[in-house]
Amino acid sequence: MQARDIAELLNEPACTHNTKSKSGCARPKPGATAGGCSFDGAQIALLPIADVAHIVHGPIACAGSSWDNRGTRSSGPTLYRIGMTTDLTEQDVIMGRGEKRLFHAIKQAVDSYSPAAVFVYNTCVPALIGDDISAVCKAAAEKCGVPVVPVDCAGFYGTKNLGNRIAGEAMFKYVVGTGEPLPVPVEAQCPGITVHDVNLIGEYNIAGEFWNVLPLFDELGLRILCTLSGDARFHDVQTMHRAQANMVVCAKALLNVARRLQTGYSIPFFEGSFYGVTDTSMAFRDFARLLNDESLTERTEAVIAREEAKINLALDPWREKLRGKRVLLYTGGVKSWSIVSALQDLGLIVVATGTNKSTEEDKARIREIMGDKTRMITDGSPKALLGVVKEYQADILIAGGRNMYTALKAKVPFLDINQEREFGYEGYSGMIELARQLALTLQSPVWQAVRSPAPWAKQVSAGIELAGDE
Amino acid sequence: MAEILKRNKALAVNPLKASQPMGATLAFLGINRAIPMLHGSQGCSAFGKVFFVRHFREPIPLQTTAMDQVSTVMNADENVIEGLRAVAEKSSPALIGLPTTGLSEMQGTDIKRLVKQFYAAYPEFAHIHVVPVNTPDFIGCLESGYALAVKAVIETLLSASAPSTASGGGLGRGTVGRRHKQVNVLAGSFLTPGDIEHVVELIEAFGLRPLVLPDIADSLDGHLSEMETSPLTLGGTPVSEICSMGDSVATLVLGNSLFNAADVLKELTGVPDYRFDCMMGLDAVDSFVAKLAKISGKPVPSKIERQRAQLQDAMVDSHFMLGFARVAIAADPDLLFGFARLVTEMGCEVVAAVAPARANILQSVCAAQVAIGDLEDLEIAAKAHGAQLIISNSHAAETARRLEIPLLRAGFPQYDLIGGYQRLWVGYRGTRQTLFDLANMMVEHGCHEIEPYVSVYRRVKGNGGRDETSAAVG
Repeated sequence: MQARDIAELLNEPACTHNTKSKSGCARPKPGATAGGCSFDGAQIALLPIADVAHIVHGPIACAGSSWDNRGTRSSGPTLYRIGMTTDLTEQDVIMGRGEKRLFHAIKQAVDSYSPAAVFVYNTCVPALIGDDISAVCKAAAEKCGVPVVPVDCAGFYGTKNLGNRIAGEAMFKYVVGTGEPLPVPVEAQCPGITVHDVNLIGEYNIAGEFWNVLPLFDELGLRILCTLSGDARFHDVQTMHRAQANMVVCAKALLNVARRLQTGYSIPFFEGSFYGVTDTSMAFRDFARLLNDESLTERTEAVIAREEAKINLALDPWREKLRGKRVLLYTGGVKSWSIVSALQDLGLIVVATGTNKSTEEDKARIREIMGDKTRMITDGSPKALLGVVKEYQADILIAGGRNMYTALKAKVPFLDINQEREFGYEGYSGMIELARQLALTLQSPVWQAVRSPAPWAKQVSAGIELAGDE
Repeated sequence: MAEILKRNKALAVNPLKASQPMGATLAFLGINRAIPMLHGSQGCSAFGKVFFVRHFREPIPLQTTAMDQVSTVMNADENVIEGLRAVAEKSSPALIGLPTTGLSEMQGTDIKRLVKQFYAAYPEFAHIHVVPVNTPDFIGCLESGYALAVKAVIETLLSASAPSTASGGGLGRGTVGRRHKQVNVLAGSFLTPGDIEHVVELIEAFGLRPLVLPDIADSLDGHLSEMETSPLTLGGTPVSEICSMGDSVATLVLGNSLFNAADVLKELTGVPDYRFDCMMGLDAVDSFVAKLAKISGKPVPSKIERQRAQLQDAMVDSHFMLGFARVAIAADPDLLFGFARLVTEMGCEVVAAVAPARANILQSVCAAQVAIGDLEDLEIAAKAHGAQLIISNSHAAETARRLEIPLLRAGFPQYDLIGGYQRLWVGYRGTRQTLFDLANMMVEHGCHEIEPYVSVYRRVKGNGGRDETSAAVG
């Protein structure tokens, strides 16, 4: 990929960060950097497309330490869970056999697994040698009769976030618009209900959580052409251009796809979330608004009223257990406020939230929801996080999996909110699971046990003292 | 002698291999107050961190030189020097491991020169040991990267030019046996923290003092401590101890993969060494224990005699289930060798053996063939030969599910088994538990029951034939 292509990708007019100094796009500091690379970001964004053979072109480190690593679920094919890599050797590198190996690898994948398409992810070593993966993909597609999509995402191009965009760009350039949706089946039609086609962009169906929400889409007559990319199929992505409205779910990452669909195909989009009662309802209202269908608006309000009443009743016993507990939330971007509303719905107090990857718009929403007193944290180092836990007397840390052991080592209750988690929290019913998991860790007897000193120890302060755990 | 089958396909499907930089990282994580910093793109470290966090369920210190597009194309020397300075300044570690990656090797980095340049530019950090090691991921596997890092640690800390020599580290052949109870242990990557703990116990039982390098039992055993966070390893072999390896009476080398590193240690220190390919099975443990008796000049303690007798009993008990069992194994070379030998000693047959990369020991694996390959190769061979159980890492769970046979999880990574990282495999005790587990798997998944046969004269439909009766009951 040329430097100018990267510069172009870093310029995302729909992103509110765009006019500011781009923290996510700054050069990483040697010896003081955390977070993934562009390959990481691209692979994470597209891997959930279930019927595609995902081939990582490079030596073993890239695929070897990352395959079969994400909690995303498929309702059908499981091809996406098969790890594939060209596993380049020293000989391949020296003799310049990378391209040849890639070509045969694509053929092998098609012959053994009959995928709907093949995605090829470029990595640092072949990018440095100068393998022309687009040309190989083109030749292989002709030979195999299956679409082969190059995703040029070598790690050194930049951050994970850039990788997300590269993935979106590849989808837009090579896949979107190359297929047409099937007609709505007769048996799925209801008299008096117009079926609207929509897309969800940046929804990854972690732990199958989107299946909490999907039945309501069906009930409202909203057909999802494509969720990019949770539980998606290659053909779904091909038809994204036919939607009437797009929702960007919980991520700035694939915003470029939404923007391009808006400018190229005049499809309006909104940003929303399915975390929490308030936000889930909001998302359905936004769809009704963009689709401008009176009947839909009416039915949406009816469904919201019904679901909210139902879930509020179910949550009451949990609220008893959780009311007043203090939360430190450390997560990125939209989740910094979308999860907040979910937590507040449960009666918890969010005392501080991470805003490292949040936009100005996100921050404004945080202030709106949580008031001016809320502490915004940008330093995510273990030491800083634990400092805030102590200072604000938080009862629990909610963050991504990589921070889990930070909390546990300090004997602080923890909830995993990122992609590797095993529980789904989306939608109305997801709130029950969220409440259950929160109560499970907050009320666990282990905290008392691990904080108390051994009976024979005279004076030991084990771990940090937390308020409200007595 | 096993026939080695070369890789014969373009695409690796369901990779078995973890990369050399991962192995080097693991070795450095076994040194106290250390931090590895991979010279590569930030993703190299991010993936590595997640890999080990999920396996050990521990925070993992790991940094990166964060090569980006400009430094990749122009020159990344400054990234290394700047990265070393940042880490040295921020956390003042005792040791910084500096493995290269495919990216920096491809670029042509001269990592050893860069370390010299770093010391020249920042003499205030002269007391911090920086250990550079070339570990491109297009060669070898986790095991070989680990071995290279161990060798690099020995070379860097024990050679005459090492910074600590001046302060009297006790080097040279003159000091051998000065610490007459101290025994060096070079611990291979196939040993878990639980294994190393047990090896230490065995050695201590003979009144000797083990000095384990690297000691992941002290850093990655998973223990809650008073210390809440640390940017460096908490525990592991202290650097000062490594510098005293020349004072030991003997070196025990555990794992064929470390024999090169052992050569260097012997060359530099003159300490006599004793080498062991594996630590599982009666014979292997016997030779280890016998050597301890010889080095210490003490009889084998009765506690160990008892453990040996317990293992013998377990062998007798479990041979009914394990005899003729068809086993498929995929693992790094030392582990593959160890398991193949153990199950063969029990009367099993290794019908599929796969290693991710070449190694000398593979020729000696107890199997007709050893394939250099991936878990797809294992699956195909296991299916073709009707394997009854698999020994491999967590990635093989899907393979086992498809083949409908049980999986014994061993090696890296184990992300779906709580406590897998600390399991004891070696010694009489570890071997005994392995045999129990394998035998139980065979019992649970055994299909030795005879299929019911219904006489042709009783298969008539209607009139109370057998089919109808059984259907009604079922």
